[in-house]
Amino acid sequence: MNPSPYNFTWPFSPPDNIVLVIAIILGKILVMVAAAMLHVAYCTWFERKIIGHMQVRIGPNRVGPFGLLQPIADGIKLFFKEDVIPRPGVGSTKFRIVFKVAPLLVLFATLSSLAVVPVFEAFYIANINIGLLYILALSAVSTYGIIMAGWASDSKYAFLGSLRSSAQLISYEVAMGLSLVGVMMLAGSLNFIDIVKAQQTSWHGMYLIPQFLGYFVFMVSALAETNRAPFDLPEAESELVAGYFVEYSGMRFALFFLGEYIAMIVMSCVAVLCFWGGWGLPPVLYKVVPALNDLPQSVKTFVEAVVFLCKVYSHLFLYYWIRATLPRYRYDQLMRIGWTVLIPLALVNIVITALVKYFF
Amino acid sequence: MILQAFFWYFAITMPIFAFLVISRKNPVHCVLWMLVFSIHSAALFLFLNAEFLAAVELILYAGAVLVLFIFVIMMMSMKEELAGELVIGEWPIAAALSIGVVLMFFFGVSNFAKGPSGPYTIEAIKAETNTRALGKLLFTEYLFPFEVASLILLIAVVGAMVLAKRKD
Repeated sequence: MNPSPYNFTWPFSPPDNIVLVIAIILGKILVMVAAAMLHVAYCTWFERKIIGHMQVRIGPNRVGPFGLLQPIADGIKLFFKEDVIPRPGVGSTKFRIVFKVAPLLVLFATLSSLAVVPVFEAFYIANINIGLLYILALSAVSTYGIIMAGWASDSKYAFLGSLRSSAQLISYEVAMGLSLVGVMMLAGSLNFIDIVKAQQTSWHGMYLIPQFLGYFVFMVSALAETNRAPFDLPEAESELVAGYFVEYSGMRFALFFLGEYIAMIVMSCVAVLCFWGGWGLPPVLYKVVPALNDLPQSVKTFVEAVVFLCKVYSHLFLYYWIRATLPRYRYDQLMRIGWTVLIPLALVNIVITALVKYFF
Repeated sequence: MILQAFFWYFAITMPIFAFLVISRKNPVHCVLWMLVFSIHSAALFLFLNAEFLAAVELILYAGAVLVLFIFVIMMMSMKEELAGELVIGEWPIAAALSIGVVLMFFFGVSNFAKGPSGPYTIEAIKAETNTRALGKLLFTEYLFPFEVASLILLIAVVGAMVLAKRKD
């Protein structure tokens, strides 16, 4: 007699105090989302100040000391603006529900990628084995928000913007995935905590040095993935007005804006975790200053978090610096760089890393 | 209890999404429902502790295949599709075939017998993480079929390029 197929055992069992576990996870999510929203608000201030100073201007300075309340004022303004939804034209095939879901999809996809980012060794929402792949998968999902927005807007500018954006995102996703393969090979894991720990075994404590080629490819494709200058063609305000979100106003526009900035922060976190050594200081520092080893655990954790955040902020600064320096590329140049420069470079990096790892 | 709830959620919603994929008149809506469906099937893989397959399902199906579908569909004018009928004249044949397949699965599953289990038990995969287990198997024991499959894909890619770039 055949054993019944229905006496199936679950591959994992729920913990006993499930209510407590869920409450802790919800608390962590609350902290992470609140921190992310505040970061977005002050990222815009940071960006405007830096670009202002680079262009020999002052930047926002009217609302509050040093213009510090400017992002709050902007937020309040966006909340109270009228929400205009375009009426589909006669005989149009578009439906408004797609129009309304699009910005939510972008925001949710980018916010949920924060779940696997460890701020220091003990603070993360989910410690999963495929952290890196999870972030790549969610960035694939957020592409749909942009496509849906462009399609449902029923407008030429928005449609062109979303076509450009989807082609760009698909092309650069390949380069970005390949550029991270070197890191995966050196660390032997896809888990962020393992990757950071693996970096601590060398004296400099970061993969930036052995993986400089991979980092270059990653950085360029991260700029393209987040639609930032010099690859901000989907938005190109001088030719497409604002690209895929031209028909959005008020809070719905703000959702796209939030999604874009959170994606930028997530990319910076991934770069810091994979190439800049995460929350760790270079191990050589502990040899030079032995007193660092004797710090109590709480102080060490605090230092870890501060180091991580400082690295993320420097990476964001890099984004703004590039934006203030480089002009926008033409669309064919963008595609050519992606397919004929970045992907071959990433493949060369994989081959070199494999050879070095095999022979040494 | 929670696991059962998850299971029933997927068991009930996935056929509904699959039906929505084929019953919408607007092809873009079909693709969007298919996206919902593939996100759910990725979650189903996660549910079986196959996190690598879940990520691959999202990256490949949602991130590449469906984007290409939607890309092509968005460029077309859909006036005729929307004006036409949802089903064509041959629908009874298709319905008979699909009901036959469903019945086959139904009776097949109730006669299901487990095969002999190999070295990769749930505990072994958990200890090794399934990304590593899959990679090891693919690149050692199944290296030859893997290379053959990638060669076939490469030929398909080159062939598509040649056909698309032919000047006549």
